[in-house]
Amino acid sequence: MTKASIQKQELDRVTILFCGDSGDGMQLTGSQFTATSALFGNDVSTFPDYPSEIRAPAGSLAGVSAFQLNFSSIPIHTPGDTPDALVAMNPAALKVYLPKLKPKGMLIVNKDAFTDVNLKKAGYEEDPLEDPELTSQYQLRKVPITTLTVNALEDLDLGNRAKRRCKNFFALGLVYWLYGRPTEPTLRWIQDKFSKVPSVAEANRRALETGHQLGETEESFAVNYHVAKASTEPGTYRIVNGNEASALGFATAARLAGKPLVYSSYPITPATDVLHELAKLKHLDVRTIQYEDEIAAMGSAIGAAFGGTFSLTGTSGPGVCLKSEAINLAIMLELPVVILNVQRGGPSTGMPTKTEQADLLQAFAGRNGESPIPILAAANPADCFDVAIEAFRIAVRHMTPVFMLTDGYIANGAEPWRIPGFEDLELIEVTHPSDPEGFLPYERDDATLARPWAIPGTPGLEHRLGGLEKQDGTGAVSYDPENHEHMCRLRAKKVERIADFVPEARADGPPEGDLLVLSWGGTFGAVYSACQEARTKGHSVAHFHLRYLNPFPRGLGKLLSSYNKVLIPELNLGQLALLIRARFLVDAVSFTKVKGRPFTISEVKEKIEEVLS
Amino acid sequence: MTSTAESRPLTRKDFASGQAVRWCPGCGDYAILAQVQQTLPKLGIPRENFVVVSGIGCSSRFPYYMNTYGIHSIHGRAPTLATGLKCARPDLQVWVVTGDGDSLAIGGNHFLHALRRNVDINILLFNNRIYGLTKGQYSPTSELGKRTKSSPQGSIENPVNPIGVAIGAEASFIARTVDMFQQHMSDVLLRAAEHRGATLVEIAQNCVIFNDGAWKHLTDPDAKLENVLYLEHGKPMRFGQKRQKGIRLNGFQPEVVDVAEVGEEDLLVHDEKAEQPTLAYFLSRMGPPEFPTPVGVFRCIDKPIHDQLLLEQVREAEARKSPDMNALYRQGQTWEVPQGAK
Repeated sequence: MTKASIQKQELDRVTILFCGDSGDGMQLTGSQFTATSALFGNDVSTFPDYPSEIRAPAGSLAGVSAFQLNFSSIPIHTPGDTPDALVAMNPAALKVYLPKLKPKGMLIVNKDAFTDVNLKKAGYEEDPLEDPELTSQYQLRKVPITTLTVNALEDLDLGNRAKRRCKNFFALGLVYWLYGRPTEPTLRWIQDKFSKVPSVAEANRRALETGHQLGETEESFAVNYHVAKASTEPGTYRIVNGNEASALGFATAARLAGKPLVYSSYPITPATDVLHELAKLKHLDVRTIQYEDEIAAMGSAIGAAFGGTFSLTGTSGPGVCLKSEAINLAIMLELPVVILNVQRGGPSTGMPTKTEQADLLQAFAGRNGESPIPILAAANPADCFDVAIEAFRIAVRHMTPVFMLTDGYIANGAEPWRIPGFEDLELIEVTHPSDPEGFLPYERDDATLARPWAIPGTPGLEHRLGGLEKQDGTGAVSYDPENHEHMCRLRAKKVERIADFVPEARADGPPEGDLLVLSWGGTFGAVYSACQEARTKGHSVAHFHLRYLNPFPRGLGKLLSSYNKVLIPELNLGQLALLIRARFLVDAVSFTKVKGRPFTISEVKEKIEEVLS
Repeated sequence: MTSTAESRPLTRKDFASGQAVRWCPGCGDYAILAQVQQTLPKLGIPRENFVVVSGIGCSSRFPYYMNTYGIHSIHGRAPTLATGLKCARPDLQVWVVTGDGDSLAIGGNHFLHALRRNVDINILLFNNRIYGLTKGQYSPTSELGKRTKSSPQGSIENPVNPIGVAIGAEASFIARTVDMFQQHMSDVLLRAAEHRGATLVEIAQNCVIFNDGAWKHLTDPDAKLENVLYLEHGKPMRFGQKRQKGIRLNGFQPEVVDVAEVGEEDLLVHDEKAEQPTLAYFLSRMGPPEFPTPVGVFRCIDKPIHDQLLLEQVREAEARKSPDMNALYRQGQTWEVPQGAK
């Protein structure tokens, strides 16, 4: 039984937002849709948005979990500004996310969940589905998703509760139909995931297919949208989120040097998944240790670096606070350690599951004394892989701890990653001295100013390191005033020298003109897209995205002075702007947002228009 | 790793760094340094495989005076550096030197967890019951009522007992010795070095400037034999000038008895290998004025060793799965964009 006519419509990009109660399986639904679209050949970008409570009260506004994704036939860099379609599994989800939906957007709701109790929990006085406004402003589709799911599973030997839990696959099947997606990848996934519980596999399979079938037959779904494959670089792709890519990058870095990787860490949102990922990689001689606290993790990282392994610790902002004293020890000992900070909303505990990039100044200066440290930031999920490798390359070449900053948005957000060949990656060279003749623990390399990485077990190189000020060369304790000033300047210079080893600043867009937009970290996608759109409209706008925040790349000063205006958008209250103004005396315009959410393209675009007008 | 180039046996001199030792004249740390330098060469381990890690405090200057690898780290955190180092390099002999403030105040958490994990490191806790480097404040082991610069009317804090803390942390090796007991300390240090797993050696150490005589009852030649109970595995607990006194258990209470009166067979017999730490805990509570202070090995049991288990998991995973990075990258669902698609 098929409908009389189905209209086909071609689109170049679509944004969908799945939302429901935390227990409704929205994260799974979203990631399945993402994987299927990626396999189909679309470009994709995702934004999982979930509460920090594991199970907030069912049906409450606080318990709403959402997954926004953008898929396209054209290159995209963000999960989309405003959803074209919203799937709301209960009244609370509708209440929270309806304001995001595009006018005339597709609105699919699970009618069954709109009970008096649930309406009350969401703070609705009356059933919003009965509101004629809703029907006139959106393409409202009231679907009894729970009932249809349970009916379809009637003959299966499963409890009612288990049957109701399959409703997310019903919704997924329906949306698959709507956007012409194949169901096979998810069917394969279900088969694989529930191979040990065939009844659950069958229930989910049937729910998915029944949902898909509904689109086929239900008259109200008159349009079937099509989003063609994107034309991307040839290669093999997979989906990664930032935390996965970071973990893969760190493991790769150690492998490129033929070293074990020691990961010392303490669980903290949103960095914990890096621990989970690395704990699975023991076969690569990745040694993960879950410590009693953040301080212990940093101490351990120093010990492991002293021992000659690739040493990593990972955390989020509050963890960095605790690690600060030990980070300074690593600076004093001049040992290679990478510190990953997956930033989240602060200060204090702040908003653990929400994104922010307000730890730049903490990384830059959050320690006692003159305490320079290199800082790198990843631009998007796939970039985490490259930055992780680069962070280690710098750490061991320059004998210094290195900060790598990501954020909750790119850590959890996923996008296609063009898989490199391991053999195509540049090896990381590490040397440990072995000749006792004339050995000095703080002797300097001419180019980098790094000291030698002499490791225990080497006869004749026994030496003592410590947090007390060092005499340059010998490393002996020294209170000599001249030496202290020399060492403070030397440690700063050592970090500045890194700029000699990294690419010069080069903007995307015109080499000079009206406006340079300078960004860093996870805002890349929105800023890049906004600048592109501004140029399409004829504006003279260039974009430079910083990977290296300390030291800044060579040529940045010249770049900043090549434009009439400089705009710095960031998810804090102007931290990069502060550094840029201080360093280059540039009257940069700071554009900030601290809502725990990423920039939308239109927010940045509007700001660009405003600055240019 | 290669061993020390020269094949001659190592001596105390090989372990002296040559740096001028800067503790106050008469400090108990000198005696401990001498014993450690004396004892390590006996282990038959190449010098380059020793690492001494310390925190902050008078005791923590220790690594500077040892001609081994060493790190003088930050306050309370030495066990964390030692754990990371040992997990990175299980081939090394790692010693932690700490004090009562370093390990039981600021570093209490790490002290507890290093012992709990049973990582194969040796912790030497110099207990002088005072803060020396900051010039005389009460410490976590200072007695209630102790008058110091920060407690002019007497400390109002209850002290902790390092041995009791170690028992609570499920440590597999716990011992006590005294800075002045040269031979005893050497024996205890050897036992600690040979033990596989985390070891705690509490060393009663005299601070001649800020807490002189804190352990006088253990070191005074006249009083010493009456106040010290030397623990020996499998032997009845006897002490006194003529070993005339003993420890007996009366219900759940230990008591001091006259051996001649009760007979040796009634005395508690030391069992450092006891599965339960009950006996060790009884012993940890003993001290003046009612009881002698036990020294020696309180507890020495076999337990799974953290760094060893970690390495076993790694080796097991390596044997099971090839280290193929390209396969790792391609885990899960992948898709191809063919040449010319763009």
